[in-house]
Amino acid sequence: MSGGGRPRLAVFKLASCDGCQLQLLDAEEALLDLAGAVDIVHFPEATSRSEAGPYDVTLIEGSVSTPSQLDEVREIRERSRFLVTMGACATSGGVQALRNWADAGELARAVYPSPELLRSLETSTAVSDHVRVDLELPGCPVDRGQLLGALAALLAGTVPRLSSAPVCAECKRRGYACVMVVRGEPCLGPVTRTGCGALCPAFGRACYGCFGPSRTPNVASLLDRFAVLGLTRDEAARKLRLITSWSPEFRAALREEVPAR
Amino acid sequence: MVPLASCRKAGEPATFLREHRERKSEGTEPVRFMDRPAFGRLLAELARRGYAVIGPTLRGGAIVLDHVEGLEDLPRGLGSRHGPGVYSLLRRDDDRLFGQAPGPDSAKRFLFPPRERLATVSRPGGRLTVDRAADGEPPRYAFVGLRACDLQAVLIQDRVFLGGPYRDEPYEARRDGAFFLAANCTDPGQTCFCTSTGTGPWCRAGFDVAVTEIDGGMVAEVGTAEGREVLDAAGAREASPDEIAASDRAVRQAADRIDRRPDLRGIGEVLYRNAGNPVWDEIAERCLACGNCTAVCPTCFCHDVVDTASITGQEAERSREWASCFSEEFTHVAGGSPIRASGASRYRQWLTHKFASWRDQFGVPGCVGCGRCVTWCPAGIDILEVLAAIRARDGERDHDERHRTAVR
Amino acid sequence: MSAAIAMERLEPAPERPPADVGLPLRVATIRRVVPETPDTSTYWLTLADPAERARFRFEPGQFDMLTVPGVGESAISISSDPAHPERLAHTVRAVGRVTRALGALGSGDRIGLRGPFGRPWPMAEAEGGDLLIVAGGLGLAPVRPAIFRAMRARDRYRRVVVLIGARGPEHLLFGGEFDGWGQWMRDRELEVALSVDVPTDDWPYGVGVVTTLFDGARIEPQRTTALVCGPEIMMCFAAHDLVVRGMSPDRIHVCIERNMQCGVRLCGHCQLGPLFVCSDGPVFPFGEVVDHLEAGR
Repeated sequence: MSGGGRPRLAVFKLASCDGCQLQLLDAEEALLDLAGAVDIVHFPEATSRSEAGPYDVTLIEGSVSTPSQLDEVREIRERSRFLVTMGACATSGGVQALRNWADAGELARAVYPSPELLRSLETSTAVSDHVRVDLELPGCPVDRGQLLGALAALLAGTVPRLSSAPVCAECKRRGYACVMVVRGEPCLGPVTRTGCGALCPAFGRACYGCFGPSRTPNVASLLDRFAVLGLTRDEAARKLRLITSWSPEFRAALREEVPAR
Repeated sequence: MVPLASCRKAGEPATFLREHRERKSEGTEPVRFMDRPAFGRLLAELARRGYAVIGPTLRGGAIVLDHVEGLEDLPRGLGSRHGPGVYSLLRRDDDRLFGQAPGPDSAKRFLFPPRERLATVSRPGGRLTVDRAADGEPPRYAFVGLRACDLQAVLIQDRVFLGGPYRDEPYEARRDGAFFLAANCTDPGQTCFCTSTGTGPWCRAGFDVAVTEIDGGMVAEVGTAEGREVLDAAGAREASPDEIAASDRAVRQAADRIDRRPDLRGIGEVLYRNAGNPVWDEIAERCLACGNCTAVCPTCFCHDVVDTASITGQEAERSREWASCFSEEFTHVAGGSPIRASGASRYRQWLTHKFASWRDQFGVPGCVGCGRCVTWCPAGIDILEVLAAIRARDGERDHDERHRTAVR
Repeated sequence: MSAAIAMERLEPAPERPPADVGLPLRVATIRRVVPETPDTSTYWLTLADPAERARFRFEPGQFDMLTVPGVGESAISISSDPAHPERLAHTVRAVGRVTRALGALGSGDRIGLRGPFGRPWPMAEAEGGDLLIVAGGLGLAPVRPAIFRAMRARDRYRRVVVLIGARGPEHLLFGGEFDGWGQWMRDRELEVALSVDVPTDDWPYGVGVVTTLFDGARIEPQRTTALVCGPEIMMCFAAHDLVVRGMSPDRIHVCIERNMQCGVRLCGHCQLGPLFVCSDGPVFPFGEVVDHLEAGR
């Protein structure tokens, strides 16, 4: 990575719940290994140490949701050699991007007694909508194994292997009977990117797409199938309107279903 | 330009798959009968011999294959209904153990597991050392209740993993240690078509014991000396002519109930010459490219080889995991784009491989007529309908294909 | 049904082929890294085990699977002289995960190596006639061992013509050694012609795609064997051009690149119609693959 010494790692947070950073903090032994392999120079959740940069590897959690975050993310980019966004918020705008589908001002007036105090952007968006991102790790939260694997690969001088296959690939490897075929559950697994370990189907639940779209997903066909399973078009579309609704692929599919705002 | 047959390598693969053949009438091996307690003793005998007994069992609303300890783990009195993208269990009015058609799992899950470690690499003191993954002795599986289609699928995977110029040692170790108590099929599913692929419902080869379940117990044929020993240990008596006749009738009736009879004559050539058929594009509109069909297919063998490292970089391992030709990354070439970028090309690859190029590679088609790819397709695509559509529209070409031909 | 059945058990074949799943993964030491173009370098390797080193042989056109531990494995053609298999060159463009990780390594580092794999160029079959070698870009690497082989057995071939194309002079492989190598080729009566798409002001050779060199190559189709290596589209154009000039598609050999993860026809990724590119190829007579390539398989 860098010329001498251990690579310098920084962790930042934008609009998010901290869940992705917790994946790192909860990594226990692996975290100790990581601390030995890199120099953690900025990670407010873990250490009071804070250095201004430059950073060899920067992890960002959270979406760009306020004007100050927009400035911050540009600044971080300038100080970072390799920028990694982690989690659904940072890679697709997150659950808070649901406001992108509505009138943000109207929502603010409905929720807050003094909406004029809010400094918020109209939309919640992925970091990569604003600056160049070198690697995106999806998930809500990000998968710990995938995160550590990605850091291991970066330390080895390459980029990690992140499969773009759908959740079904891992679901079938693990031997879970398909919840859609057996129980008629509307499952987003066929259009959602693998990486979670097929966590929801493991408990007999349908995938709700928190890892965002797989590569070239056939969302239209899946929504057709949901209709066959008895969902109205609106109910089917709502399945997409949750955590990664603002990902380009799901957004495009929803635009087909719902008239543009 | 060159007939496909000439594309075969010199040095044909060693033959593992025997010819299908009718059961012969000569010989002196008696057919046996086991009542329920005797069958229970047989399961115990397999365990006593050190086998991990694998059989059908109920989990997640489906019949899956898993370790079974005894009779109580087998699905008693359960039937199954199958349709495109639809599977359900139903209560039978008897207490049959093998009264359902196969669920999503086949022996593949055990003989060619979804993920396995191949090697470990470490760098002690900067040196590089490589070890074969040593996870102890390979497991010895005894499969109980595999239907004819799944037995045939094992023989086909033998050709893939053991019949070519390179042999797959991890597969071989598990395969060599395996025992097969197969079951002639008496309750086919509605998506089954093994009578058209010539792979069922009778088990014809590759078993140690083959049973047919009838009222009151199981009629058992001996396939190997070990099979005979196991039957002896279970106290299986000689079957009566009535019992044998009942077992024969049960399987014949199963064959008659299989009403899906696709026209598979010359299907390989039909598929080869229809690479540009617009049917592929039409199917791709529905196909989710999720790979469920390849995962449940008992013969699909494609896999990824995956290396991972510890954070410190001192330890690394190589493993392999099931992969699917439906994923875009499957044909990705470094520095380029995927060879099969469209969903249509990937669907075509899968079906053409199963029914055409598989035959050129391994001497038999890759389909055993189990119908799993139809049942477990979340989009409900029926490959028999796709095959019929291609045949019906034989020779139709899409725009791109016409263009390619014109410029050639 | 009778009361008796035939004894039937699938027996293992009497002779089983060699085991080669993931192993043997040999350890190789990087001896030298020679930058070739902005994104391509040649890695000179020796096997760490002296006995393995002494035993190793390869044929022109074969490839190795190179492992960067913990990162992955990549199929790379051997680009050095088969008369000296104790030192192995692999010319690598850093475009994938593994090849980029390789870029972070240098002299003294150790990697894994399996091989050699694949069907080689038909050097024996071509004897007695003319040899036409056509290379585009990185495609020069897999045919380079064939050039060495032809030079060392020069009397077995009539004319040996080497046509090399590249995007620009700076993308020409083996440029550092090219003057010496080129002279050596000419000393052994190899006819060499170069062409680039985008020349520099002082570029003294041809301009245009490599097939523009065909006219000056005085190809005699009836007695020529062609070895063509480069991007797939270039190989298809070159091969079609040679067919139009009267060559049989079965005497035009191309080297196909596909995703290969095992090298031993087990992983399924490299299928091209019924062919496994890793072991039925990567070198194929054009006639054997043209239909599959054009069907987009």
